[in-house]
Amino acid sequence: MSNKNKTVATIDGNEAAAYVAYRINEVCAIYPITPSSTMAELADEWASKGIKNIWGNVPDVIEMQSEGGAAGTVHGALQTGSLTTTFTASQGLMLMLPNMYKIAGELTATVFHVAARSLAAQGLSIFGDHQDVMAARTTGFAMLSSASVQEAHDFALIAQVASLRSRIPFVHFFDGFRTSHEVNKLELLGDEQIKSMVPDDLIFAHRKRGLNPDHPFIRGTAQNPDVYFQGRETVNSFYNNTPGIVEEVMNDFAKLTGRKYELFEYSGAADAEEVTIIMGSGSETVEETVNALNRSGRKTGVIVVRLYRPFSLAHFIKALPATARSIAVLDRTKESGAAGEPMYQDVLATLVEALQQGKLKKLPNIVGGRYGLSSKEFTPAMVKAVYDELKKKQPKNGFTIGINDDVTFTSLEYDPAFKLDESEWRQGLFFGLGADGTVGANKNTIKIIGENTDLFAQGYFVYDSKKSGARTVSHLRFGPKPIRAPYLISKADFIACHQFNFVEKVEMLEFASDGASFLLNSPHPKEEVWDKLPGQIQKQIIDKKIKLYVIDATTVAKETGMSGRINTIMQTCYFALSGVLPKEDAIKQIKKSIEKTYFKKGPKVIEQNFKAVDETLAHLHEINYPKKVSAASVNLLTVSDKAPVFVKEVTAMMMSGHGDDIPVSKMTVDGTYPSGTTQWEKRNVSDLVPIWEPDLCIQCGNCAFVCPHSVIRAKFYNEKFLEKAPEGFQSAPINARGFPETKYSLQVYVEDCTGCNLCVEVCPATDPGNRNRKAINMDEKEPVLEKEKKNIGFFENIPWNDRSKIDFSTVHGAQFLEPLFEFSGACAGCGETPYLKLLSQLFGDRLLVANATGCSSIYGGNLPTTPWAKNKDGRGPAWSNSLFEDNAEFGLGMRITADKQLAVARQLLLQLKDELGEAYVKEILDAPQTLESELVLQHQRVDGLKEKLRSMTSSAALHLLSMADQLVRRSVWLVGGDGWAYDIGYGGLDHALASGRNINILVLDTEVYSNTGGQSSKATPTAATAKFAAGGKTGGKKDLAMQAISYGNVYVARVAFGANAQQALLAMREAEAYDGPSIILAYSHCIAHGYDLKNGLDQQHKAVASGHWPLLRYNPVLRKKNQNPFVLDSPRPSMALKDYAYNELRYKVLTMTNPEVADKLMKHAQDLVNLKWKTYEELATKKASDFVPVA
Amino acid sequence: MKMQTTYMGLELNSPIIVSACTLSEQTDNIVRMEDNGAGAVVLFSLFEEQIRKEEALFNGVVSETSYAFPEAMDYIPGLDDFKVGIDEYLENIRKAKEKVDMPVIASLNGITNEGWIDYSKQMEQAGADAIEVNIFFIPADIAMSAPEVEHRYLNIIENLKQTVKIPVAVKLNPYFSAMGNMSLRMKNAGADALVFFNRFYQPDFDINELIIKTDLHYSESSEIRLPLLWIALLYGKVKLSLAATTGVQSAIEVIKYLLAGADVVMTASSLYKNGIPYLKTMNKELNDWMHMMGFDNVDAFRGIMSQQNISDPTAYERGNYIKILEGIR
Repeated sequence: MSNKNKTVATIDGNEAAAYVAYRINEVCAIYPITPSSTMAELADEWASKGIKNIWGNVPDVIEMQSEGGAAGTVHGALQTGSLTTTFTASQGLMLMLPNMYKIAGELTATVFHVAARSLAAQGLSIFGDHQDVMAARTTGFAMLSSASVQEAHDFALIAQVASLRSRIPFVHFFDGFRTSHEVNKLELLGDEQIKSMVPDDLIFAHRKRGLNPDHPFIRGTAQNPDVYFQGRETVNSFYNNTPGIVEEVMNDFAKLTGRKYELFEYSGAADAEEVTIIMGSGSETVEETVNALNRSGRKTGVIVVRLYRPFSLAHFIKALPATARSIAVLDRTKESGAAGEPMYQDVLATLVEALQQGKLKKLPNIVGGRYGLSSKEFTPAMVKAVYDELKKKQPKNGFTIGINDDVTFTSLEYDPAFKLDESEWRQGLFFGLGADGTVGANKNTIKIIGENTDLFAQGYFVYDSKKSGARTVSHLRFGPKPIRAPYLISKADFIACHQFNFVEKVEMLEFASDGASFLLNSPHPKEEVWDKLPGQIQKQIIDKKIKLYVIDATTVAKETGMSGRINTIMQTCYFALSGVLPKEDAIKQIKKSIEKTYFKKGPKVIEQNFKAVDETLAHLHEINYPKKVSAASVNLLTVSDKAPVFVKEVTAMMMSGHGDDIPVSKMTVDGTYPSGTTQWEKRNVSDLVPIWEPDLCIQCGNCAFVCPHSVIRAKFYNEKFLEKAPEGFQSAPINARGFPETKYSLQVYVEDCTGCNLCVEVCPATDPGNRNRKAINMDEKEPVLEKEKKNIGFFENIPWNDRSKIDFSTVHGAQFLEPLFEFSGACAGCGETPYLKLLSQLFGDRLLVANATGCSSIYGGNLPTTPWAKNKDGRGPAWSNSLFEDNAEFGLGMRITADKQLAVARQLLLQLKDELGEAYVKEILDAPQTLESELVLQHQRVDGLKEKLRSMTSSAALHLLSMADQLVRRSVWLVGGDGWAYDIGYGGLDHALASGRNINILVLDTEVYSNTGGQSSKATPTAATAKFAAGGKTGGKKDLAMQAISYGNVYVARVAFGANAQQALLAMREAEAYDGPSIILAYSHCIAHGYDLKNGLDQQHKAVASGHWPLLRYNPVLRKKNQNPFVLDSPRPSMALKDYAYNELRYKVLTMTNPEVADKLMKHAQDLVNLKWKTYEELATKKASDFVPVA
Repeated sequence: MKMQTTYMGLELNSPIIVSACTLSEQTDNIVRMEDNGAGAVVLFSLFEEQIRKEEALFNGVVSETSYAFPEAMDYIPGLDDFKVGIDEYLENIRKAKEKVDMPVIASLNGITNEGWIDYSKQMEQAGADAIEVNIFFIPADIAMSAPEVEHRYLNIIENLKQTVKIPVAVKLNPYFSAMGNMSLRMKNAGADALVFFNRFYQPDFDINELIIKTDLHYSESSEIRLPLLWIALLYGKVKLSLAATTGVQSAIEVIKYLLAGADVVMTASSLYKNGIPYLKTMNKELNDWMHMMGFDNVDAFRGIMSQQNISDPTAYERGNYIKILEGIR
């Protein structure tokens, strides 16, 4: 029986799965991790809106401190009879493994929904493959694989029902990003349909198995050698029954919906000779390619694996055509050192067993291959190459497809020109910026077409790795049949460029088919546009006979009151030009969609959008271009000749979007990359840049201090340097008396500026004659660009000032320290990076950084270019990221190495005192290393020592040479966000603090999980909203400072550079100087707070002035001196908390959505602030003896 | 005692009404105002530029944070339900109308013609019984002439009256050269009431920080004299409702304004200082005074000390000024 009242929706895979999971569970224990976070967010959002499950109750959704915590909670809820689920991926699934064994061992019905993702190995990757789920295949969970958005929806239900019936827990997984983030048209399951699949007796049985003191039993015993083994074998029959149960459920499902699935689904020629076995989204590509190959006379087939565990021999053999001569098993994973990847081994073992049992007459040729790791493209051309390989007498085993392995030669060659028939599709590519609304508009377009016409729609969105000025490419397909093409568009009939400057930066028209339409958002008049295009673009337009359309969308947006938002305008252009729908119909649909989208925003907003739609058509022009190229070509690969070879040969390829073409031989073997490569990527993100006014400048250094991207730098130097200065290089006499020959220059690295405006906001010097003019002001970059490039070149040749002569203790002095953290991909106006830059300035040449996963590890370590740099001596921060949860332990390990190797080095020095000279050794061993001047001397001593050791041959000398660097005091910093420090890594952080070792912890506290999209952490303050706290955070923010203070021997500081830069600087230096554990809690304004970050410094002031963020330092050194170690650095609150908070949407939104709760929570939050302040004030006035003594 | 009065044709149970202030941001407070005897409430002012600023903030945050990065499609939950623009204000009108019987007067402080017209229309649709327009305008441009300034006021009133059917009150500044004539012209432009006066929050300087200080002071009873003068002068001469709104700290100021000819007397400062229940005290004291003086209704003494009703009308004019100066020798 098929459903006659089908509801269609265009949603992504995450929503498709969560939609069902939410409806058939009572408890969801969640934790954010890409790319599965959306499932958890939706569950939380639906619960906060009171949406009910199929039994009429609202599921209890609880955020945990880690995936390990979520798994534990799931286990507990299951053991007491709740229908419970969770959503996760990658490292999250790794943290759940211990509980998964327990849950499976206890035969507990549940489904974990997983957006399958790579594991962190030589590097982290957020993208999709099967490494995580394959690592969970030994847990005893059954594993059901979805290959599409529709299947993610359907299998969420099938898995749940099968789990309840079989008592085997299931991992239901689909490919991260490719399925989790692909928007596609699907048929939604109705609540009644879902309910009919989940009989009550299964629920009752599940509850009955739960722990209950009314009829108690014990589960979770410790077992001994006598019975454990037998106990493990008791579950066999349950696993034996599971494939049959899944098959029955799939059959029931087919009767209900008309959508038929099988455990192993074969498609292709009945007499196929070459067969592949595959699982996940890639199977659609293989199936479509098989159809095409067979149409051309080939005999190919494919088995799509749905139920991977338990792996059913009977069902597999039934699916395999007897004619199969050659089989390739395609694994989307890598298991180094194994006899083959997991599914290959499963198939091999199954076929051998079938042969032995006589169920197979002859063993086919079986090979395994890897594809698609970290969302690597997997196209029909690659599939064809696999089938071509299978035709060979001895196909390659352990092959790879999609890369060029020129080291171990695993890769198969393929012809990228091979394509399937795409004539039924309309394919569009849209190039935009993350913040310009392009992706949002395209998602809307898909909804309009997918949900209002008979056409099928698919959307996939590619982002670059930067958080500021990130580029997006939207891939949209429409067609009359379901679109089964989980790979990027390579030939588009419509290409839109939403940002004109992309014409000089991004290759777009190489993806254009002949006769395609090219829509360009251009600020130039239509008569001038052609001549503004680079030569190669003109040539492509002419050669491909492309129809060129332009619109000045930015101006139309301004004139129609759209505040510069171009999304509606560009979307209208697409509908007008693409012909996907008749124009009038399309415009009607856009307006209908606008009414729906902006219903809550009122008629005014709707009218504005309508006006923008109407004006768009009047301003859209086709350009009749000349048939000859009139402009010079520009070089898209713009890496300076001065760049190192690796940067030129490898990094530049990634930067230009050609990373897929880098062969294995060019890659580093162990994930090691050169430091400081952002300097070669001149991103030119902002059209507005700071312009320095030397005549007004008071040389305070504030602008350099707050600049999040290290774009503003200062040096002082002898005026003689100016003799060779380029024209226009600016300088001023230094404002210190007694140095008439010394000049001061502030240099802006204009190509690296993100235009955040913080420098202007912090500048205290204004023109007395014009209060709007400061000593630094934002202005157009274009007129100064070439001049400033020359100035930067000259400025870089001026030596950095002698660190031993700089006063580190002042903000003024800090500006002269070379930043060794520069030009990161962080958001414009980031509130975290100024702290990291300062860290690199103060201690960079002896700094070790352990960085927890999160924003700081992404802008700090995401390829292609990384910001941690080195100085002219080749010294600089040594940086690494291990994981999210283990960073404190990871950093502690670094400290232990430093301590251990220092101890050994000292011992060896003593051992070698006769050869080296006793006085010489003593000088090195006893050298003071507190002041910078002392550290400079020690560096020189160690350099000298190493020189001597190189000429020595004894084992002791060689050992000492390998560790001599440790004789310069190492500065070990454990860096991460509040998600790490307050939640997932708290146990380790607490232990590291308690260790007493000389570690320094810097918590970049944005009060939310910033990197994964603003989920609540225990640092989220009361009354703020966040994901997983959509109704407003009711609990208080954890006082990590007081917890650390309770140890007595931990240096603790709470700082906010925007409120008191001097105090932040002092705290950093004191923490580093303290020979013991230290922790600095650093207020970091963030895009997730919901306001224009140019006001970030002002908000920091208000955070302090309102008492939300009292500045303090707790110094155990003072306690040792019998002084009060608790120093309160900020004055008594002078403003109400709400006057700080309601400048931010994270607080304000609750006043709109639930004013009563907002009011109540704000009052509660104010009470907490008052109480905290009172406590702090009391502590600040106590005697030393009232505090924990330091041993 | 009959405390009933009419204001712009609206029937009120008391001449004491609550002027535009943040207390009316919460519907519960409005209910308490009625329970304690307020005749009406003028809701807190809707400032057009504030709405525009909020819209810009919202749009900025949405565009900066939507689909900008593969790991974060957005950041702040609930933005779909976040009402930008005037919606929140309209919701306040609707809620207030649901909960109280006394008239609810919306207060609008616009900056553009579009703002005045759009917003007033929506306020009427949301159920406001009247609109008080707060024309906060300082002609800082020295090229702007007095007639241009006056025209601006009249133009806003004419546009509004063409837009809405509900009564419109105009909250004035006290600095017109010819206040009487201006009042008449505003009446002719369609104004249903004049409210005396808007308090301009004049700046102060911080001489250390070299910044402008914008702190707020509550009005004091000594400030009633200027509005008292103009109400007394205009009562009976300009045929529209008169409202007083400065310096009302107790029933004494209420009585004075009524004696001068005000139809209603507004207060906010006294409620900030003494709480909303103070309305009850003021009503009681007004009632007691009327009893003591033998007035059994408000109309019985309204305007009896206005210029047209007293025996020495020059008391309000130049002669009075001379007498006062002579008196302090």
